[in-house]
Order: sequence, then C-alpha cells, then structure tokens
Amino acid sequence: MKRFLTGLQVAPRLGALALVLPLLAFVTLSFVVPLATLLGKSAYQPEVSQVFPDTMEALAGWDGEGLPPEAAFAAIAGELAQALEERSLPRVSGAINRVQSGMRGVLNRTARRLERTEFAGTWRDTLTGIHRDWQEPATWQAIRQAGARFTSRHYLQALDLERKEDGSIGLRPDESRVYTPLMWRTLLVSLGVTLLSLLIGYPIAYMIANSPPKRSRLLLLLVLVPFWTSLLVRTTAWIVLLQRQGVINGLLVSLGILPDDARLQMIYNMTGTFVAMTHVLLPFMVLPLYSVMRSIPSSHMPAAISLGASPLKAFRRVYLPQTMPGIGAGSLLVFILAIGYYITPALVGGRTGELISSQIAYHVQTSLNWGLAAALSSILLIAVTVLYLIYSRVIGVERMRLG
Amino acid sequence: MSEVAPHVEYRGVYKRFGDSAWVVRELDLELHKGEFLTLLGPSGSGKTTCLMMLAGFEPPTAGDIRINGESVARLPPDKRGIGVVFQNYALFPHMSVGANLAFPLEVRGLDAGQRQERVGRALELVRLTGLEDRHPNQLSGGQQQRVAIARALVFEPELVLMDEPLGALDRRLREQLQYEIRRIQRQLGVTVLYVTHDQTEAMAMSDRVAVFRAGRIEQIASPEVLYEEPQRPFVASFIGENNLLKGRIVSVERGVCEVDVAEQRLQAAHIADLPAGSETLVAIRPERVNIAPLSMQYSNELDARVEDISFLGDHLRVRLHVCGNTEFIAKIPNIVGHGGILPGDRVRIGWGALDCRALEPEEY
Repeated sequence: MKRFLTGLQVAPRLGALALVLPLLAFVTLSFVVPLATLLGKSAYQPEVSQVFPDTMEALAGWDGEGLPPEAAFAAIAGELAQALEERSLPRVSGAINRVQSGMRGVLNRTARRLERTEFAGTWRDTLTGIHRDWQEPATWQAIRQAGARFTSRHYLQALDLERKEDGSIGLRPDESRVYTPLMWRTLLVSLGVTLLSLLIGYPIAYMIANSPPKRSRLLLLLVLVPFWTSLLVRTTAWIVLLQRQGVINGLLVSLGILPDDARLQMIYNMTGTFVAMTHVLLPFMVLPLYSVMRSIPSSHMPAAISLGASPLKAFRRVYLPQTMPGIGAGSLLVFILAIGYYITPALVGGRTGELISSQIAYHVQTSLNWGLAAALSSILLIAVTVLYLIYSRVIGVERMRLG
Repeated sequence: MSEVAPHVEYRGVYKRFGDSAWVVRELDLELHKGEFLTLLGPSGSGKTTCLMMLAGFEPPTAGDIRINGESVARLPPDKRGIGVVFQNYALFPHMSVGANLAFPLEVRGLDAGQRQERVGRALELVRLTGLEDRHPNQLSGGQQQRVAIARALVFEPELVLMDEPLGALDRRLREQLQYEIRRIQRQLGVTVLYVTHDQTEAMAMSDRVAVFRAGRIEQIASPEVLYEEPQRPFVASFIGENNLLKGRIVSVERGVCEVDVAEQRLQAAHIADLPAGSETLVAIRPERVNIAPLSMQYSNELDARVEDISFLGDHLRVRLHVCGNTEFIAKIPNIVGHGGILPGDRVRIGWGALDCRALEPEEY
C-alpha cells in the first residue's frame, strides 16, 4: 500500500520532468555544450598531439637542451608526410605557427620537399638539408609546446604574459601588450556606460512610475519603441547624427557656433561608443528601476517630508534605499551586456573606441585562433561572475528585480 | 480680538487641480487647541485635499491657511512640524520600527540617547514596547497602524493630521484603535484633524464633525447636535438613518410647522427658513417612530402597512408603507411585548412634532 502511494507521488513528478525535458535538452544542446566546448579550447588543444603522436612520444624524453634524438627527426618526417596526405597539415602548422611565427613555412616546405629529397643517412641531416631551422632547438620547443594537450599559453597571451627563457612567467614588453589595455578599456567603458545610463535612466524611471496612468503608458512606450527597433538601425541612426557631415555638426556650423573646418569628431572614437552604447542599453536600466519604483507607495516621500526631512534628505534616506534592488539589477544587467558588446562599438567605435569583443571576434573569424578567443571570453566570463558574486553578497540576489 | 487665535484656521480656501472642477470651495474652518475635529464625507468630497493643504503638500488655489494666527503659505511642509498619519501607514520598509520612529528625531538633530528615550516613550504610548527591532512587514496591520501613529507623535507636534488611518483594518480592530487614538489624543492634549468616510468612527471619536459634500462643509457641529439637529437632508441621511418624506408646508407657528404629506397632515420642527407653501422634506429618525399599541397621544399619527420585518438582535427593523413611501423604516427595541406584528398588517404609527424636522429640499 505504501509503495503504491509513493508510486502515485512519483508519477506526477516524472510527468513534470517530461514537460521540461525538451527545454532542458534544447538549452543543453544549444547553450551549455557549445559554450563548454569553446571555453574548453582555451586550455585544451589536442590537434597537434593527434597528428604527431610518435613525435610527441619521441620528444617526451628530451630535456629541451640542444637537439632531440634521431627518433624524433624520424617520427616527424613520417608524420609530416602522412599529414600532407591526409590534408591535416594546414591546421597543425597553423597551431604551431601561433606558438612561434615562421613555423608554418618550415613545416609546409619540409612536408612538400620530403618526397623529392634523397635520404641523407640520418633523418636529422635530411630535414636540416630541407630547412636550416630544424637544427634550432627553438623549433623543437615550439612543436613540443604546441603538442601539449593542456596549455596555459592562451591565457598567458590573453593576459599579455609570457614564459621567459628561464621558464618563469612575466609581463610582455610594453609595446607588445595588446589585450590587457583593451580589457581595462572595456571595463572602464562598461562602468562609464552603466553610470551614465543610471544617471539618465533614474529620472526617466521615476517620471514613468509617478505619472498618471495615461502619461505613464506613453512614456513607457517611448522607452520601449527603441528597445524593439533593430540594434543596427539604432546604431546607424547615431552615425547619421554624429558624423562630421552629420545632423549635429551641420546644425552647430549653420548656427555659427562652430567654424566649418572645426567640425567635432563625435563618432568612430570613444565618444561614439559611449553615446551609442548608453542609448542602446538604457532600457535595461529603466525597466528594472521602473518596476521597483512602481511598488514604492507614493506616500513615502510626503511622509518623510512631514516628519521634518528636507525633500533631498527624504529622497536620500527613504526613496533611494528602497530603489537599491532596481539600481543593482539595472546596473548589473547593463554592465554585463556592455562588457561583451560587439556590434555597436564595432560600427561606431573606430580604432580608439574598440573593445575586447572585437578582438574575440577577430580571433574567431579571421585569425582562427579559437584558443585565444576562448581564453579572452573565459576571462570576461570570470570577471562578470566575480561581479555578480560581489553583488549578491552586498545586495542579495533575492532582492534583485529584473522587471 | 481679545481671545486667543484658533490653532488652525482655513479662511476662504478654494482648491482645484489644473482647470478641473473645484475640489474644495469656500472653506472656512477653525480648529481649537486640543480639539479632535473630523472631516466626514463620501469619497471624493475634498476631505483629504483639505488635509494635504494644511500639511503643505498642496497649495490652496485661493484663500489662506493659518496656524496659531500666522499664515503658512510660505512654510514648506518639512518646516510645519505637523504629524501626519497616512492612509496606508507609509512606514519605511527598509528601516526597523525603531529607526522609523527615530527618523523624525534624527532629522531634527537629536542625539542617540534622546532618540532612544523618546522612541521608547512613543512605543509605550501605543503599547508596542519591545518591538523596536522588528521590521514593518513583520507586524500585523493593527501594529503597523500603531507604529504610524507613534511616528507622527514622537517629535511632539501640537497638531496631528490623520487621513483615514483605520480604513484598511477589520471592524473589531478599528473600534479598538478608535478608542486608543482618542485616549492618546486626550493624554497628550494634541489637536487632531481626522479624515474618514465612516460616520460611526466620526461620531465615536470627535469633539466636532464637519460633514463634507462636493468640496463644501454642509454642517459642522458636535456628534450629538449633528445627529439630533441636522440642518440639511444630506446630513440627515448621512449621519445615522433618517426617513425623508416629501411634502408642502401649510402653516408656520412658533417653531412648528404643519406639513401636508400625501393627504396627511404632519407637524414638524420648523428649522429651515421656509415660508408657508414651500416644498419641504420631513426627516424622522427610525427609532423615534412608535408602532401601535401607542402608549400615548402623538402629534403625528398615521396609518401604515407592514412590508417587512427583520430581527436584528437588540432591535427589530420594520419596513413600512407610509404616505406612498415604501422604504419607511421604524426601529423597535427588543423588549417584551414588541411582538404581534406580521408583514401585511395594518398598523398605526406615531411620533412627536419635535422628533421630526422640516428641511429645505435639495438634490443629493
């Protein structure tokens, strides 16, 4: 009897599980798996070791000083020929080339010439005959490094660090640091955009929450219509407004405020990125704020004032603290979106308004260095997670109101 | 003038929002020190607007409001030092009860020791000692209301405004708090301007009641006078119950007039300035109507038919058909010998001439 009853309780639960199963499968397949795979690439690189298994084995006993044993030369000669035949050579040579530039040429030339070259007694002499670099220890070190299944190389590169000759980790020279300045810039721009949308969004949300219903609906619509408009359209609209021959410059010049030859450069730089991103992300600030403000009774401000607080003090002590969940949710939302924003800065940012996302896009689409792209993305993800944890510790996730 | 100025005066105050209709018209009102005055009226009659003008949240469109003889037109609300209890309590949810009460003291610059002492005293006053550390959402509705009252009193204002403070509570709690508010007001001697649409509440608590209708005061008097001597049909039917009979005045003599009501001649107190021949409404309280067997001779005796009887415990409520009016109500106390009436019976009813009042008819 008891078992029967328990069975009755389990059945509906299984039914409920079956209902969410399609969603679960969809989320897993379309979100969790690709994300995990891509992030995995930042540290896991099996390509070279898969194509050059014997070489890697032969290099395992090598101490890194001088040249490796003859077995390694023999192994790589065989595997290069095989890779050429199996058409896996470009991928592998590309991967090794990322460790040390010039390696693509060495590998490709060697592989192509091997067939036509006479065997010179040892594989070492044969290969060196094809390309002088085979007698450089650095060549072998590069192959060994690229052949490691797990690597910290991409993370080091993403953080502008490098492994020195003696094996210690240190900063790259100033002029070759690419990613850390870009990350700092991304962080600062995201913070700036968050602050700016808070400053602009707070009064708007207050006005919407405290207007009579008819006007409040209209104002809300004004916030939402841009939100529903295509991102590209909105960004391009800013180009029309801000460019040198654009509406704002034209107006300033025709009013005589600016001379014609001193038109303001407001786009394809940091200004453009700031203006367009703030505008695009503003609804994400306004909506959570509005939702929180709507739930604050309108009698709170008069009550505080009647108790003797000046309007400013009443706002600071009574109204503002009650909107903190909205400020937190809006800021977090805008910041997270801003830190990974791509289209807008790419369109209006120019060189100086470029953010880390464009480097990620470059490595995914153009240089095909997915490992580095994944490392950069992981660092962003970690930054956002840390921020979220701080937020939940300070304000509390349960108090967050996303609208 | 030799006498002291009233605590609060409204002088010819008008108010409207934008170009809409007048919310408050021609308001003249005086509150004396230590008085409990209630503004009573249906919703939308302008009571709350009156309160908000005194608190300083709405400027009058015309006219002047004075406190202790001085105009407060230029005084911002935070400088008026008036305690206000809002309809929905307006307790600050992010602060504890103690912090809510300490807030007005803090903005006045009192040090922590003084704050704690005054908060303790205020909580004692509303019988909530020991709840300082709770948050408002951990309190019951009645407790929240007590905190709101304590907060409006903690900075020792001389004048306290209350806007339907008991509206959200159930009946038992409401009655209990009515008594509490009255006790506190007497104990502290503060002047209270109270707004409600509940006439029982107004009657139970107030020294005087101002009956509001469409932005005007219809009548202002003590609860007894308001009940016994309503000046207008609106007041007569809004305060307690009244039967109103339409008729025409035939003659007037020494404060009593004769009125023809549907073929019957009645005698009524002549209180409005109505000459013979004018239309009138005769108002009779249901409890003043006697039903046969009549124990004495009455100036007004009529035939009636019993339509309906409801038993309400302490009294019987009898609906009668009198002079063409089928909604005529009589209340008979539940005492031995009340019985013997059944629906459909023809009975004789009667009441004294001074128990009914001939009022000036008006639309309402």
